[in-house]
Amino acid sequence: MSDVQTRDSPDRTDSNLVSLRQVDKWFGDLHVLQDINLDIARGEVVVVIGPSGSGKSTLCRTINRLEPIDKGEITLDGQPLPQEGKELARLRAEVGMVFQSFNLFAHKTVLDNVMLGPTKVRKRGASEVKQQAMQLLERVGVEAQANKYPAQLSGGQQQRVAIARALAMQPKVMLFDEPTSALDPEMIAEVLDVMVGLARDGMTMVVVTHEMGFARTAANRVIFMDEGKIVEEETPEEFFTNPKSDRAKDFLGKILKH
Amino acid sequence: MQVLIDNFGLILDGFVKTLWLLLFAGLIALVLGTLLVALRVSPVAVMRAVGTSYINVVRNTPLLLIVYLFGALFPVLGYTASISSYIDYSFITATIALGMYAAAFVCEALRAGINSIPVGQAEAARSLGMTFGQSMSTVILPQAFRAAIPPLASTYIALAKNTSVALAIGVTEAAFAMKKLNNEYATGRSWIFFGFAVGYILIVWAIAAFAHGLERQAGKAR
Ligand SMILES: Nc1ncnc2c1ncn2[C@@H]1O[C@H](COP(=O)(O)OP(=O)(O)OP(=O)(O)O)[C@@H](O)[C@H]1O
Ligand SMILES: [Mg+2]
Repeated sequence: MSDVQTRDSPDRTDSNLVSLRQVDKWFGDLHVLQDINLDIARGEVVVVIGPSGSGKSTLCRTINRLEPIDKGEITLDGQPLPQEGKELARLRAEVGMVFQSFNLFAHKTVLDNVMLGPTKVRKRGASEVKQQAMQLLERVGVEAQANKYPAQLSGGQQQRVAIARALAMQPKVMLFDEPTSALDPEMIAEVLDVMVGLARDGMTMVVVTHEMGFARTAANRVIFMDEGKIVEEETPEEFFTNPKSDRAKDFLGKILKH
Repeated sequence: MQVLIDNFGLILDGFVKTLWLLLFAGLIALVLGTLLVALRVSPVAVMRAVGTSYINVVRNTPLLLIVYLFGALFPVLGYTASISSYIDYSFITATIALGMYAAAFVCEALRAGINSIPVGQAEAARSLGMTFGQSMSTVILPQAFRAAIPPLASTYIALAKNTSVALAIGVTEAAFAMKKLNNEYATGRSWIFFGFAVGYILIVWAIAAFAHGLERQAGKAR
């Protein structure tokens, strides 16, 4: 993941794929998301960065309505997110999600994990789905583990399976919430490589991560959050070399020390 | 001892009927308990309230009372059906009462199982676009059943012993047979109690062994 200098800039003339308008959310008294406005274009890769508790995960999870919002509007490909129910389920199928803790289905094999969405949700035939699932497992480099259970895999392998599981739904956008934070250092690269590959293939991605290497390589934009607000929005280069706000400077100072 | 040998047929018939009660009531409890737990964890508040009310009413009412109530209620509602002379009206009534009673405990055992499954499992299912029903049936319940095997075994062991309450409305199961023998034999009662205790212990032991087997089976696929 070194030779990527020029990512095609995403097609901004097309309507935005994800759009948040004046979004507010509270957890009790805690105002976790404060007047968030965010547009994500087709093919764009947005990295969300910020101190712990700033609302990054919450922001990410509102996009497929795992967290409902209290105010404002979120649209996906022009459609507002519906209330809980069948309609929402249909929309969620279009949004892939990768969690920090992988969340693979513990009672299913790797292959079944990847096949479950397409067969149960999209009702596609098992043999065709299986073929596609094996291709995806190959793409993320875990095809040899297809018949094992998640607990038998390393963290890095599990996370790559989780990415394959999300891709199997052929989503329009992929959400990643700290996909490498639960991994041992030597496994981080194998997951990031898969993600860089996805970005290169034009996948629209929202990635909560502190991996600056990934942000510089694959992101079009970095969003810096603090205390529920978007404080800064910049290209990765600009953000990391020349942060504007004191809070971003302070934050970068802290993570760069390590 | 002689009393057991002389009445072996009667005792065996009683335990066979006990087993039928256990089987049918157990099936009702499993199906109804699964539906109840789906209500209990449903995202819809009204459904949760229905599930919770059922549990609170049924679990807090003595079983004997429920059996008597059903025994008295069904004829009032004009229901006195019997399928055969063996599966007669009182047998059906007792089966339904026992099944509905045990369902509350099956529901709570399953709910404990569901609560032991990390929330991430349901979130992953939902984020794939599964509906609540799909996520329950393909992701949550299969794992919850495994986690719930030990408390479910306790529930079914309790149900096996609780079938004896059916004697109150005249079902000729094992406890009924024991009462009959106790009336007929003034001496040898300790043998009678002993014999029936062994019968119940065998049933309970079989349930425990079955549960143990299931747990080992479930442990393999992980
Ligand atoms: N379900 C919840 N109920 C109440 N408070 C919550 C809930 N989820 C998150 N919070 C709080 O909301 C705030 C934002 O949480 P969030 O998880 O979005 O932060 P984050 O930026 O992802 O942090 P981290 O880097 O630690 O993952 C935190 O203060 C957190 O404690
Ligand atoms: Mg977080």
